[in-house]
Amino acid sequence: MKRWLGQLSPLYLLPLAFLGLFFFYPLATIIRESFAPGGQLDLTSLTALWREPYFGRVLWFTTWQASVSTLLTLLAGIPAAYVFAHYRFPGKGLLQALTTIPFVLPTVVVAAAFTALLGPRGWLNSLLMGWLNLTRAPIRLENSLGLILLAHVFYNTTVIVRVVGGFWANLDPRLEQAGRVLGANRLQVFREITLPLLLPAIAAGGLLVFLFCFTSFGVVLILGGPHFATLEVEIYRQAVNLFRLPVAAALSLAQIATTFLVMSVYTRAQASVTVPLNLRAAGETAQAPATRGQAIAVTSVALGLLLFLVAPLLALAGRSLAAGDPTRYYRELFVNRSSSIFYVPPGLAIRNSLLFASLTVVMALLIGVSTAYLLARGPQRLARALDPIVLLPLGTSAVTLGLGYILALGHPPLDLRASPILVPIAHTLVAFPFVVRAVLPALRGLNPHWREAAAVMGASPWRVWREVELPVVGRAVLVGAVFAFTISMGEFGATVLIARPEFPTMPVAIFRLLGQPGALNYGQALAMSALLMLVCALGFIAIERFRAGGVGEF
Amino acid sequence: MSRRNVWMSIMILALVIAGCSGPNATPPATQAVVQLPTSAAPAASQATSPTAESTRTLALPASGRTLTVMTHDSFSASKEVIAQFEAQCGCKVAFLKSGDAGLALNKAILSKGNPLADVFYGVDNTFLSRALAADIFEPYASPALQQIPDQFKPDGSNRELPVDYGYVNLNYDKKYFNEHNLPLPKQLRDLAGLQYKSLLVVENPATSSPGLAFLLTTIATFGESGNYTYLNFWKDLRANDVLVVDGWESAYNEKFSAGPGKGERPLVVSYATSPAAEVYYASPQPADSPTGNILPSGQSFQQVEFVGILKGARNPDLARQWVDFMLGPAFQADIPLQMWVYPVRTGTALPDVFAKFAHEPGQPAHLTPDQIGAGRDKWIQAWTDTVLH
Repeated sequence: MKRWLGQLSPLYLLPLAFLGLFFFYPLATIIRESFAPGGQLDLTSLTALWREPYFGRVLWFTTWQASVSTLLTLLAGIPAAYVFAHYRFPGKGLLQALTTIPFVLPTVVVAAAFTALLGPRGWLNSLLMGWLNLTRAPIRLENSLGLILLAHVFYNTTVIVRVVGGFWANLDPRLEQAGRVLGANRLQVFREITLPLLLPAIAAGGLLVFLFCFTSFGVVLILGGPHFATLEVEIYRQAVNLFRLPVAAALSLAQIATTFLVMSVYTRAQASVTVPLNLRAAGETAQAPATRGQAIAVTSVALGLLLFLVAPLLALAGRSLAAGDPTRYYRELFVNRSSSIFYVPPGLAIRNSLLFASLTVVMALLIGVSTAYLLARGPQRLARALDPIVLLPLGTSAVTLGLGYILALGHPPLDLRASPILVPIAHTLVAFPFVVRAVLPALRGLNPHWREAAAVMGASPWRVWREVELPVVGRAVLVGAVFAFTISMGEFGATVLIARPEFPTMPVAIFRLLGQPGALNYGQALAMSALLMLVCALGFIAIERFRAGGVGEF
Repeated sequence: MSRRNVWMSIMILALVIAGCSGPNATPPATQAVVQLPTSAAPAASQATSPTAESTRTLALPASGRTLTVMTHDSFSASKEVIAQFEAQCGCKVAFLKSGDAGLALNKAILSKGNPLADVFYGVDNTFLSRALAADIFEPYASPALQQIPDQFKPDGSNRELPVDYGYVNLNYDKKYFNEHNLPLPKQLRDLAGLQYKSLLVVENPATSSPGLAFLLTTIATFGESGNYTYLNFWKDLRANDVLVVDGWESAYNEKFSAGPGKGERPLVVSYATSPAAEVYYASPQPADSPTGNILPSGQSFQQVEFVGILKGARNPDLARQWVDFMLGPAFQADIPLQMWVYPVRTGTALPDVFAKFAHEPGQPAHLTPDQIGAGRDKWIQAWTDTVLH
């Protein structure tokens, strides 16, 4: 016991303190308050839950829709990850930035984008009706399971592209070349060499996607319609609409238990598939497509991404241009027509969003990287116990945690209930697991002999880190940074926290505009959404640039 | 800048910021975020304020106090009116937006005894029983209540004071009904008729406030017993292909044919003021609204919103001033164009766009807050079983 405590560097305390303070403490407080309101323990809601088959069905639906969504996302994401990892082609940076944008869009905005593209009077249906001479729209996706799955793939493909692609780019191509030289065909090489080596990254990316779909709220509620409910939707309904906190808490526990189970299976599996590799810096591996087959692969993946991920975004941007007067809605953004005290000037919203996102990136990197080091290099007993826990915030109900903040963080010295600092803190809680999952495969895969060799040759620990680890790990860190930025810009769990109107962000402005009737309000919401997409794309490109200039291509 | 320097500066910046947000550190005054000191500090020295600049002043004089108003996301007021109150009380007003009406109320209930704010605005008559049962409000017999008709006052306790009211009812797409030569439904029951098949979109009462209001309307209209109950009506609507969506935004913005998303349904559950907002928020403003209200007598739901002083408020004197102000002529006149509801104060003039396009129904549907409180969960469950399962 004492021995491993002694091995804890102060850096490792950071993630522990953060998780304890902003996750476990508020969670425990709300659960205690729910089950023992006056200090009297009352578990009837737990047993009632057990007996009520409806909740069992909700748990089942939640799990299988998340599994199917994850599978579909992997199918869509892995080919794209391959292309991004292996080839240089014109417009690559822009395409990668564009495919990440879905991740930041609030669900109401995605709903508007899908309506613009796939709705009964959307682009696609209008086109088909014109071609085929139909009077009724042929594509009807409203309120369906198909739309839920489609939206999940739309949102999360970028996770696979970035997490798997980032790792793939670091794989030493000579392993595959050796396989080919030894007479294996392409498929054999992929199955016997590439796939096993990629598994840790695929598992990490798949797990993140699974957890996002497992706790899916807006997609299921808005796009799936009232016939579908995930645990998260049911928890919200119980906690907010019915104010049955014990039932909500019991469902939250079921959600956390399932997450924990999945995490435990994952961490066990991951430990057995990870092998140290001679990971290379990415710059050495990407090349321009040389053969015709490679060119076809690159082109078809690029086209597929454009059609599936970028077309809805274009439809949305198209809708933001008023007919006959394209800048109408954009100009209106600068007008406070009703002189409201809550009017949000677009510049202020952009500034606040960027401010919160930068704070989130910094905090998530700091906590995420130190967690990854703790898991990879820290005391192994602690690491094994901690690994399945690190991702719990991703698989935990936002509304439960939000109410937990109200109860737990209301006393000095920690009265943060209405503090704006809770916004980046809550975003960090969702974002840092992405950093961990992006960095950990790289850190574990790094051949330890390299570090030892460097040390033997007289390099200082700082130099070993900079010359040996950073070139490989740095890329993964930047993948994590992109997600932290994205998660914050998209304002995860925004409605759950108490908002300070003096710090409006872009999503807050969008929600406000969508809440009132009138063509101008909706048009402005779309204009603000288009601005959100633009700011995010610029942000991604800036982060990518930073990679090119700073790390990853040593 | 060399690579090493870039990384070093990022790490240092990260440490500094993490240090600031750490458990026991209060943010330094120069940080661009406002820390809200909601407890411990004596009221007189509180420095909460809506702007980052003014928080840099650590101790404000007694007159520099801040009144905190907790409310839901749809609350709005004009700058001038808030400035008028701030000048009048010699204080600042800070708003806490706490989610939709239900979530905001639950947060207020969970912070009972250690309130986040002085005043809570935005409990409506569908949630009133929950608010009163939780006992989070202090009675206050505002003199302004004399100017408010008794029909809006929930009980004699004055814990919750009426501020505004609105109606939830059907809106229709004028163009669609004209083009199809379709008569408007004269009463709710007509909606079950074949000619209105697949035309209506409603909100789920389990997740939406207008959805709940519309369910309550059907309960007031058809009753729970007899040979045609509200559930019979909903069965018929279901057979008539009613579309149910999660909330007002989806219904109105995406599915309503006169809404901005150009949906397919020409009938939607919305508000009596929506046609007026369609005119006000159009450019250029049209002479007529593209949408209209269907307001059969006794078949639209009246939603009343209340304000109350939270128990344990740190600025009860300011809170009372604020309540008087909300019920006073300036704030009441500001209500229509800010929140698209009607002011409760007698004799408050309405803007033109209301007079033309936001007529009130002769007689609203009637259910008391107690009836709603007792029946709400049961009705929602029965509705869910009938319409969704």
